[in-house]
Amino acid sequence: MDSIQPGYKDGIKDGIPIALGYLSVSFTFGIMAVNAGLPVWLTVLISMTNLTSAGQFSGVGTIISGAPYIEMALTQLVINLRYSLMSLSLSQKLDKSFTNRQRLILSFGVTDEIFAVASQKSNEINIKYMYGLITLPYWGWAIGTLIGAVAGSILPESLSSALNIAIYGMFIAIIVPPARKSRPVLGVILLSVAISFLFKYMPYLNNLSGGLAIIICAIVASSLGAILSPVKEET
Amino acid sequence: MKHLIYIIIMAGVTYLTRMLPMVIFKKKIESTFIKSFLYYIPYAVLGAMTFPAILSSTSSVYSAIAGAAVAIILALKEKSLITVAISASLTVYIVELILF
Repeated sequence: MDSIQPGYKDGIKDGIPIALGYLSVSFTFGIMAVNAGLPVWLTVLISMTNLTSAGQFSGVGTIISGAPYIEMALTQLVINLRYSLMSLSLSQKLDKSFTNRQRLILSFGVTDEIFAVASQKSNEINIKYMYGLITLPYWGWAIGTLIGAVAGSILPESLSSALNIAIYGMFIAIIVPPARKSRPVLGVILLSVAISFLFKYMPYLNNLSGGLAIIICAIVASSLGAILSPVKEET
Repeated sequence: MKHLIYIIIMAGVTYLTRMLPMVIFKKKIESTFIKSFLYYIPYAVLGAMTFPAILSSTSSVYSAIAGAAVAIILALKEKSLITVAISASLTVYIVELILF
């Protein structure tokens, strides 16, 4: 596609649509975190140090429930495990000029969307392009969180009730289209959801905290998926 | 203070998931099982996180069911994340206006 080495400006340009999307999602995060009882500065700090959607939403739940630290570590690990695969895949695309320090910095910016855009590039990727690509989404994520966190504390109950469902709506929008196209994905989701219902409503099982329940659901369902329907090699 | 420790753990673990493979692994993962497992993980996690939690995310279980139904229908039509999220919220808002 692009025969010339893409530079910082190209990265910035490619980052604009991601940043716009992040503004609204992080806005919802800001509202949700403040409604859950976190102060504004901590909410913004979470966004500036984590840069991840599902992990942050579940992390706030963990903080509010006062769960043990190990549970925070485990839930974040399981939820964000997908980044490992993205980083792995991306590491094969970096050009030779990357230093170890630059790899350490770049790692911070690996999100679903940034990975998606970067891996579409036909050439090897250089550090200038990646810095450009990450810049606007990072600030979009931070500023959207700040606006949501400030606006969230002045929102009426009816509106915050309505906005609370937004993140789940987004999750549904992420999982439903692939589930429609792939029966194994559908099967994994249904199994995971079924176990999740068990953990919520079954006596004894529902004593387990939500975070651990999600870990078990995900590991059982994904393992079964991987055994029964291994993903085919792509190349 | 306790909040800060949570956030440090959260940010640290999240960063490690991104950083370790970038620095350690230079070769491609060969295990089909692990690749497949990692492929399914986001769907399983998001599914378990959404259900049944979505049912208690609003002021009333009825508005939540309506919002979830609208989200699923729009997601089946492959509408964007923003469209699905906002439509679910609007549905909840309208249903609660009628209910209360």
